[in-house]
Amino acid sequence: MSVLGDLWPYVVLVLVGFLPNEIWRWLGVVAAHRAGEQSEFLTWARAVATAVLAGVVAKIIFFAPGALASVPLAVRLAATVVAVIAYLLIRRSIFAGVLCGSIALVLGGLVLAP
Amino acid sequence: MTAAQGFRHGLRTAIVSVFALVLVGTYVSVGALAHDFGFSASWVAAQTVLIWAAPAQVIMITAMGAGASPLEVAIAVGLSAVRLMPMVVALLPILRTPRTRGWQLVITAHFTAASMWIEALRLAPDVPREARIGFANGLGVAFMSVAVASAVGGYFLAFSLPTALVAALLFLTPSSFLIGAIRNSRRMVDWLALAFGLALAPVLALGAVRLDLLWTGLVGGTAAYLVQRLRGGR
Repeated sequence: MSVLGDLWPYVVLVLVGFLPNEIWRWLGVVAAHRAGEQSEFLTWARAVATAVLAGVVAKIIFFAPGALASVPLAVRLAATVVAVIAYLLIRRSIFAGVLCGSIALVLGGLVLAP
Repeated sequence: MTAAQGFRHGLRTAIVSVFALVLVGTYVSVGALAHDFGFSASWVAAQTVLIWAAPAQVIMITAMGAGASPLEVAIAVGLSAVRLMPMVVALLPILRTPRTRGWQLVITAHFTAASMWIEALRLAPDVPREARIGFANGLGVAFMSVAVASAVGGYFLAFSLPTALVAALLFLTPSSFLIGAIRNSRRMVDWLALAFGLALAPVLALGAVRLDLLWTGLVGGTAAYLVQRLRGGR
């Protein structure tokens, strides 16, 4: 019983975490099976995935989780703009964009602390 | 380039990618969350390897910690993971060869998450096709290793981090995803999907629409695709 007791959290992890999550990757493998590299279906799937990713970005910025919510919305939006502009201006470097955005966020949070 | 060389190329690429840094920030907070809800460090490490999707992991930890029933947890995790399907569909045809086996695709699909997807979509076309699956797996293994180490580190350390630093770590995800999506946008359909997704998600969330991200993807992505079709662009 104690062996099962120790393993139980991992059984739960597989049943209610791994399986409901991984099934979508398996369905993706099945759906990709017939799609060619230049197919219309692929173009559509990529557009859907990009829109979801953009949606995740917008939701985190507008409805910030945890400690990020301690920074005012205006600062979060301004830091996002700073990140994109820094990326465009500084050799198209994601690192430069992310770094400048984070600095803007911390400084803005300090200046405009609620 | 052989598959093994592709794999090593993927490992090296991932380690110097800005997304490795993003994963540190993300998974330090996942580890801290698991600590706060009373899970073990080895459990959150296993969770990272098995689920490999931070939003689903956060949902699972908070829902189980709040005493939700197993069925409720499974449904919430499953709904958050639907987005993985179009990612896998868009990526695998770029990676595979006619000789690639089904089980190889299942492994590469498991490594597919936002960070790996953005980097593989951009860089895999420059890798010889026979080495692309190895390259993508290299990206995935390196990113996952960083995430596991960060989750365990965050488990023991993060509860003492200052709020401003945690806020900056949480900001890494949206800023890097947004810039990554901008960098990967070449055709009109990519730009439209990005703009529609950014605009739709807050509106749907404010309107308390259920499954808001799912609708954002389906409506925004389909609209972007249709505009591209109607304009006759490629």
